[in-house]
Amino acid sequence: MDQLLQHLLNATILGGTYALLGIGLTLIFGIMRVVNFTHGELYAFGAYCMYALVMPLGLNFFMALVVAMALGALLGATIELLLLSRLRGADIDTTMLVMIGAWIALQNAEQLAWTGVALSINNPFPSEPLIVGPLSVSWNRVYVFFVALLLILGTYYLINRTHLGKAMRATFQDRDTAALMGIRIDRIHTATFALGSALAAAAGALLGPVFVVAPTMGDLAAAKAFAIVILGGLGNIKGATLGGFILAFVEELGAGYISSGYRDAMGFLLIILILLFRPTGLFAQKERVG
Amino acid sequence: MSRFLPWLLVVLLASVPFWMTDYYVLHIMITTCIFIIAAMSLNLLLGYTGQLSLGHVAFFGIGAYTSALLSLGFQVNVFNVPFGVTPKPVWFAMLMAVIVAGFTGWAIGKLAFRVRGAYFVIVSISFAEVVRMVAVNWVELTQGPMALNNIPALTLGTGEFELSFLRKPSFYSLALAVAVISYIIIARIVNSRAGRAMNALRENESLAMSVGIDVTRYLVIATIVSAAMAGMAGALYTHYIRIVDPDVFLFIYTVTMVIMVITGGKGTLAGPIVGGVIFGFVPEALRAMAIKPEIQWIIYGVLMILIVYFLPRGIVPAIERFWAGQKPGDDEAARSVPGALQK
Amino acid sequence: MNSSAETVLSIENVSVHFGGLIAIDGMTFDVRSGEIVGLIGPNGAGKTTAFNVITGFLRPTGGEVRYRGVPLNGLKPHEIAQLGLVRTFQRTSVFQERTVFQNVLTGLHRSGRSNLWDMLLRTRREKESERELVETAQDLLRFVGLEQRASEQAGVLPYGEQRLMGVALALAVKPSMLLLDEPVSGMNPAETARFVKLVEKIHHSGVTILLVEHDMPMVMEVCDRIVVLNYGRIIAEGTPSEIQNNPEVIRAYLGQGKKRA
Repeated sequence: MDQLLQHLLNATILGGTYALLGIGLTLIFGIMRVVNFTHGELYAFGAYCMYALVMPLGLNFFMALVVAMALGALLGATIELLLLSRLRGADIDTTMLVMIGAWIALQNAEQLAWTGVALSINNPFPSEPLIVGPLSVSWNRVYVFFVALLLILGTYYLINRTHLGKAMRATFQDRDTAALMGIRIDRIHTATFALGSALAAAAGALLGPVFVVAPTMGDLAAAKAFAIVILGGLGNIKGATLGGFILAFVEELGAGYISSGYRDAMGFLLIILILLFRPTGLFAQKERVG
Repeated sequence: MSRFLPWLLVVLLASVPFWMTDYYVLHIMITTCIFIIAAMSLNLLLGYTGQLSLGHVAFFGIGAYTSALLSLGFQVNVFNVPFGVTPKPVWFAMLMAVIVAGFTGWAIGKLAFRVRGAYFVIVSISFAEVVRMVAVNWVELTQGPMALNNIPALTLGTGEFELSFLRKPSFYSLALAVAVISYIIIARIVNSRAGRAMNALRENESLAMSVGIDVTRYLVIATIVSAAMAGMAGALYTHYIRIVDPDVFLFIYTVTMVIMVITGGKGTLAGPIVGGVIFGFVPEALRAMAIKPEIQWIIYGVLMILIVYFLPRGIVPAIERFWAGQKPGDDEAARSVPGALQK
Repeated sequence: MNSSAETVLSIENVSVHFGGLIAIDGMTFDVRSGEIVGLIGPNGAGKTTAFNVITGFLRPTGGEVRYRGVPLNGLKPHEIAQLGLVRTFQRTSVFQERTVFQNVLTGLHRSGRSNLWDMLLRTRREKESERELVETAQDLLRFVGLEQRASEQAGVLPYGEQRLMGVALALAVKPSMLLLDEPVSGMNPAETARFVKLVEKIHHSGVTILLVEHDMPMVMEVCDRIVVLNYGRIIAEGTPSEIQNNPEVIRAYLGQGKKRA
């Protein structure tokens, strides 16, 4: 029983970051109709920024997160302007091929830049864990959970309450009408991609100090982000939030009770099962098959 | 004249083992040949039916593992029930590899084509990753990352009439023969009624259905043929390299096949061959220049983007157009064919 | 005429809802063998939706469609086409990248007799089947008057000829009933006249026709009977002259700004 509770706690904490990762990806798909294969690389980029800023440069741990997000947004905006802005109106297979090309290039560039060695990042939290009854959790994870939650709420606020968010939602619903109403679709696309990238970088910057930073982390993160987004339905932000937590629970319980070797396979199995039985995701209201 | 040109080329290629003494070149030609078979099989799905299947390496890997395991024999416990297979002749193992891969293709086709577009792409990637993880984790069967070693080479006949495909010249002939047969199979399918149906569903699925074409049936047929052919390529690879590990399932190999197909020209018969030759020899040239593999992959990634931008139909159609004396530039009109309609 | 002929297509109480939007509301009408029926109504009245339901591209929220006594609910579009109920499309009516001839060959898919093994082994049956298809395709192109265009790419044909091409594709399926979705919209009068002749020729060969069209003179000229839809409901049904004098129909069209009526 205690073991189960511990698993559930771990899953909840991990779920926050997964949700962050998923929201970024689903936002980009929903608004731009682009399957962002570089998403995992932006996650890895965030983690490496965190490493570079904290370890060699000695920047404040909390400041480093903000800078990593800003750099992630910058990289995202660059990718959008360089590769995607010229493909507007192209079919989804074309943009997918371009994004796969970008993924391969980015991934190997990161591998080249940071070599294959796994790196760890120091954190300023007490080393002894927080203990509540039978449960124990590191302070760093508590911090990660609350920051992730804060960023999720911030994203919801941005989308539902601000002018930019309104324009994004209009674009999501009907690109042509939004353009007619004077919304600059180009800018919305760049902003969306930058925002999605910043969220991915944030997830990487948050989890980097929890685990280690390694070049392959991007691929796994991408796979998980896809699973989350499929769970929630492509383009569905609330679905991605819930999907993040669901994937975390399935992984944690699967690893705890079935086999830890298949931990990372859980996401893929979920994708396959969901697509077979509920192709539009668990929470879809209307069909949005690409 | 142009009817005999391909056969002339085949005869020329078939004569290579008789005068080529450099085994390194033969080795490159063999691996290129195997990759071309895989790329041709992918082209049937990607080029002719228009399905961006990014799990193709799974069929290749399933063929490789099936053939390796059957020729080596294995012993596993499935839910505590022991199950074993004694070593089988290599030709039988390879045949089974084709059948198992084809059957997997049938199952995947039946299931995955309920979804299209981005969903299909993601489900195809996931399928390959799940298979890879099984190969990594089911150590009892696959030896996991330790790899299956000492895989026997193909031999046919016995005694005086024994024909061994252990050495490079004879293996090259085998790979070439399989490639030619694969080409003929694909050429016959795409130039038949079935090929027209595949083409129709790629260009306009609704219209295809409205003339009575069972779209799912032809997607599944294409997947079976494509998977079986990729399985054959995997089996060839296994008995050539004679070692197989879970890395055969890496996504990067699917990407390599995709690059071959789109560079050469998807939906053309010669496309995967042209692309396969380019990307079969390019890595060797890069290696000769002592370029790191990471840089090679960066070049691949950038090339993929450049091709989509500047040569969206690939090299073969561009050459055809050049020969036909037509002006380029009708790409836009042809590419913007509306896919489907009111759903 | 034909008022005693048997009913081939019956649409009973069909409704289609998209979320909260009601596209078709309790639509009921029949088409009898050998008739040419027009389905008309202002823009957004639900005509194309009705076509999509009849031909299996859209599942109705409620109600039933039967063709020659066979309930079509749950059948896929290609299965419905195989029953002889074949449609054309408003816009994307041809395989644009193929030649006109290849288009018709594709349409003749169901007439092929060879199986996959025949194709792989190039058996005699395969060769004979292909030869038959080629001959039938030539006949069909002559029938619609496109034999001069056989080797041209379908996507670059003039608009009017693309519509003829679309009809040839549908005829290739050997329909017993043809559903034409706005076949003459965007055509000039000469093209329309040519098309009307073709429709009559098809009709004389024994094919029942249901037609959605905005071009009122054309509808009045060719149809035996007309069904009028407005906001998803049938508001009138009758012969062309009855419809022309029906006050509710006039009101529905006037309300729209009297476009082409």
